[in-house]
Amino acid sequence: MKILVAIKRVVDHNVRIRVRPDGSGVETTGVRMSMNPFCKHAVEAAVQLSEAGHGDEIVIVSIGPKTANDVILTALAMGAHRGILVETDADLETLAIAKLLAKVVEEENPDIVLLGKQAVDDDSNHTGQMLAALTNRPQATFASEIKVIGAELEVTREIDSGRETIAIPLPAVVTADLRLNTPRNAALPMVMKARSKPLAVRPAAEFGVDLTPRLIIDKVSPPAERAAGKTLGSTTELAAYIAAEVSQMEAL
Amino acid sequence: MSVLVIADHDLGQLSPATARVVHAVSTLGPIDLLVVAENPAPIAAAAAQLAGVSRVLTASGSPVADSLETLLSTLAVRYHYVVASAGSGGKDVMPRLAAKLDIMPVTDVVEVLGPNRFTRPIYAGNALQTVTDNQAKHVLTIRASAFRAAATGNAAPIETIDTSVVSVARLIAAHRTQSDTPDLATAQIVVGGGVALGSAENFQLIEQLAKKLGAAIGATRAAVDAGYAPNDWQVGQTGKIIAPDLYIAIGISGALQHLAGIQGAKKIVAINTDPEAPLVKLADVALIGDLFEIIPQLLSELDKTGVKR
Ligand SMILES: Cc1cc2nc3c(=O)[nH]c(=O)nc-3n(C[C@H](O)[C@H](O)[C@H](O)COP(=O)(O)OP(=O)(O)OC[C@H]3O[C@@H](n4cnc5c(N)ncnc54)[C@H](O)[C@@H]3O)c2cc1C
Repeated sequence: MKILVAIKRVVDHNVRIRVRPDGSGVETTGVRMSMNPFCKHAVEAAVQLSEAGHGDEIVIVSIGPKTANDVILTALAMGAHRGILVETDADLETLAIAKLLAKVVEEENPDIVLLGKQAVDDDSNHTGQMLAALTNRPQATFASEIKVIGAELEVTREIDSGRETIAIPLPAVVTADLRLNTPRNAALPMVMKARSKPLAVRPAAEFGVDLTPRLIIDKVSPPAERAAGKTLGSTTELAAYIAAEVSQMEAL
Repeated sequence: MSVLVIADHDLGQLSPATARVVHAVSTLGPIDLLVVAENPAPIAAAAAQLAGVSRVLTASGSPVADSLETLLSTLAVRYHYVVASAGSGGKDVMPRLAAKLDIMPVTDVVEVLGPNRFTRPIYAGNALQTVTDNQAKHVLTIRASAFRAAATGNAAPIETIDTSVVSVARLIAAHRTQSDTPDLATAQIVVGGGVALGSAENFQLIEQLAKKLGAAIGATRAAVDAGYAPNDWQVGQTGKIIAPDLYIAIGISGALQHLAGIQGAKKIVAINTDPEAPLVKLADVALIGDLFEIIPQLLSELDKTGVKR
């Protein structure tokens, strides 16, 4: 079985971001970047499936600037076999990303495509679903458990009302939630080995996809700041505060 | 400009999010509300009461992403807007539909600024992006907690659409959290607990306080991961986004991914041993101390105030 994992390089999730004063976006220069956490869970899932005998080859694909090579190397060090960088310096919308990925899926014809459920920069939560539509494949989003059973996948999904387990036929698209697994930290020898694994760099233009953005970003602004609060001295005061808030609510 | 809203529902009940979505898009045009369910009739009856709805359409079948996408892409030709709530259902199907229609969707909308201008949060809510969408059609998901609910009292006509809604996905098992507390995403009061609770048993302290206040129960991802609370109680960037009038955060540090879920809260109360915890600094009111001492005291103090919900 062949597994394709799409990963994104984003501002590290521990970084407190800063909106540019001119409203043109979020400051990303000189900011620590890393693999989107959800993508890391997707890579780990692929490696675990492969270790369980379900994956002969794990191919990593990332779309972005040259520097996205570093997250591909991380994925290769975790156990993936080869990488593809679809190189572009443009900020692409999820629809364009999904179209490029659909081309890669067409070329590679994987049995399973794994992605993170969302990227922590745009928080869109689109790409897997869009890719599934464009490639006419069934999808299982927000996966917290994946089992291969014959030519089917059994996937447990985290949904608003709890969890559900569905079966979908292969080939399929799965997006990873955080509880799917615990991503490994690659040991140094694996990191060294990753450098010798194949990594193809392909200009995005090569795929013949119209990448023009559809939405105009008018501005990016910081959220409203909250006024400073106060510290109470006792549980009695807290009970009084809560009671007052609650009675005000009922007055509405 | 016509609008198609997809109703959110669970266990045969219209979800509270739907009324908020209807209200959010009521300025965009006349609204048709689509109910896809195994047994749509009771849900459609509730949906027909929402103010702003001109027609309820019903289809029988299970609302799974691939089957819904097929149905919606047929229906979409008649509408300028196709809209769903940004819950797990809407997140599952709307990007899929958008790609089929060759439309870039605008999702998690927290503000409708005009017929084609919307605001949505990015970076876990640490920035807000305002976009203009000049596409021929708009595919939107609405963050229900950011809007008020539409009024009821309407009696929109209900029409059945004859279509087969068949999915390649097979449901094998559903695990729902049994709880008689209000819907977390739309609750007026939420009591949230973190890993500081230490066990599922101790987490019942949170549940006791929630019960007393008629509140929904929230949890941090760390508390869910530790098995103290079910995943559908998780509040945050990857859990539910809440906007209650009052959020009481107990033993929660306030990591930015958790804060992403509570930015819409009107008032925040924090109970924590650590005066430096980010949530304590952000709260309207904080009490520093051990939750295991404070909550039992608070339960009896609240009794004294006679607070009742
Ligand atoms: C990609 C990503 C997505 C995430 N999404 C989410 C999300 O959606 N929601 C979410 O919540 N988290 C999310 N997280 C996790 C988040 O970063 C934090 O790890 C988590 O919110 C911390 O939970 P906590 O406050 O329960 O635990 P901690 O950070 O360990 O805080 C415990 C707090 O309890 C206090 N405390 C300890 N003992 C007591 C006591 N006896 N009485 C009172 N106070 C006490 C401590 O002072 C501390 O402030 C995400 C992380 C990542 C990487």
